[in-house]
Amino acid sequence: MSLVGDTAAWLADGAHWSGPDGIPARLAEHLVVTGAALGIAALIALPLAAWLGHRGRGGPLVVGLANASRAVPTFAVLVLLVATPVGFGDRATVVALVLFAVPPLLANAYVGVRDVDPEVREAARGMGMTGLQLLRRVELPLALPLIAAGVRTAAVQIVATATLAAYVGGGGLGRLVADGFGRADPAMTAAGGVLVAGLALVVEVTLAGVQRAVTPGRRRPVRRTAPDLVTPLA
Amino acid sequence: MSILSQTEAPNPWVSLSYLRDNSDAVVAATVAHIELTVISVALGLLLAVPLGVLARRYRWLAGPVLGATGVIYTIPSLALFAVLAPITGLTRTTVVIGLTAYTLLVLVRNVLAGLAGVPEDVREAARGMGMSPARVLLSVDLPLALPAVLAGLRVATVSTVALVTVGVVVSNGGLGQLILEGFNSNLYRAQILTASVLCVLLALVADLLLLGLERLLTPWARARS
Repeated sequence: MSLVGDTAAWLADGAHWSGPDGIPARLAEHLVVTGAALGIAALIALPLAAWLGHRGRGGPLVVGLANASRAVPTFAVLVLLVATPVGFGDRATVVALVLFAVPPLLANAYVGVRDVDPEVREAARGMGMTGLQLLRRVELPLALPLIAAGVRTAAVQIVATATLAAYVGGGGLGRLVADGFGRADPAMTAAGGVLVAGLALVVEVTLAGVQRAVTPGRRRPVRRTAPDLVTPLA
Repeated sequence: MSILSQTEAPNPWVSLSYLRDNSDAVVAATVAHIELTVISVALGLLLAVPLGVLARRYRWLAGPVLGATGVIYTIPSLALFAVLAPITGLTRTTVVIGLTAYTLLVLVRNVLAGLAGVPEDVREAARGMGMSPARVLLSVDLPLALPAVLAGLRVATVSTVALVTVGVVVSNGGLGQLILEGFNSNLYRAQILTASVLCVLLALVADLLLLGLERLLTPWARARS
């Protein structure tokens, strides 16, 4: 038997592309949960980061939180949340995903706003800008490349963690892998793995493109994250 | 202590009787967790140092090497295990291969950064003293790159400790084993929380140990700062 051939055959089988546990349905579940978590996390993290960065406060805490979050296993948090009153289902998954998406979003946006050149800030103040104008017209636009880096990091992290949700009763593409292992079906397992990896890479490449588009200057290298941060794994 | 668990809900989060009755299983899972981490990070370092040295020497290699390790890093762990498992089986080998692969990006990047930070005049002086290229690498380049390498080692180790838990899907996830078992036994909270806390503690202890090693091996870095 050839694993590659079997996996390709599994993926090519039309029966796997329809119904509530077909690939499109699982992909849709994955995208809905991912999008919801990313949106909620951004709503929490970005205003907070803008405010803290603008005031130049809480740096060690924000960066420390982001780095410490790497030590917490995503799998453990998914299971822990199910054991709380949050319970089973997409709600628990989204809460867990938000918990892991906030630190990178917060830290990157914070560093982006904080590291705006003091002279630029001074000039904006000298032009008579108020604090809010300074934030909106100067600091946030200059922080955009790092904000985009945070979104990219968080999104890839969320896609990966959402996969694990299949093991605590969640849906998404991780289900294909979990069911594949459960049925001892190597072709299904590998096909699920290929689809999940493909989704993560598409998200990464797309958001890297967005990041490049919002980074001024030609051929400027784009950072994965702020210099003192590390991309988390899931 | 059992009084506490009796007056509380029948499924307490913290239970010393759980620890007492299951100490063997908890210790075994912790040891397995440490083993998987140490083996994977050690293999990662064994691969990353030569890769970093090669990428530094042949600059055109740096892009592809960092690109490839970056692609691996982006792939979710469950997906990587899912693709590996049909080939290498539901074994510890599968877990180790996956975990090792994930350490490469951080380690190679830090080896490269460390080597790039070696001052050119220092290397010049070493060559002027008649050192062979191999000698320069071993006695000058690598020792001076050590702080960056150790910093990468800390990051890789902490990430690996957390990631080991996912190994449960293909055979062995150390403390992840207890977490999934706890989930499957009607959400046995004491077991899930104990294993999760131990996991975070392991990461913390590993980080502190490596920080100590860093201080010990690179006293000059501390003197400067």
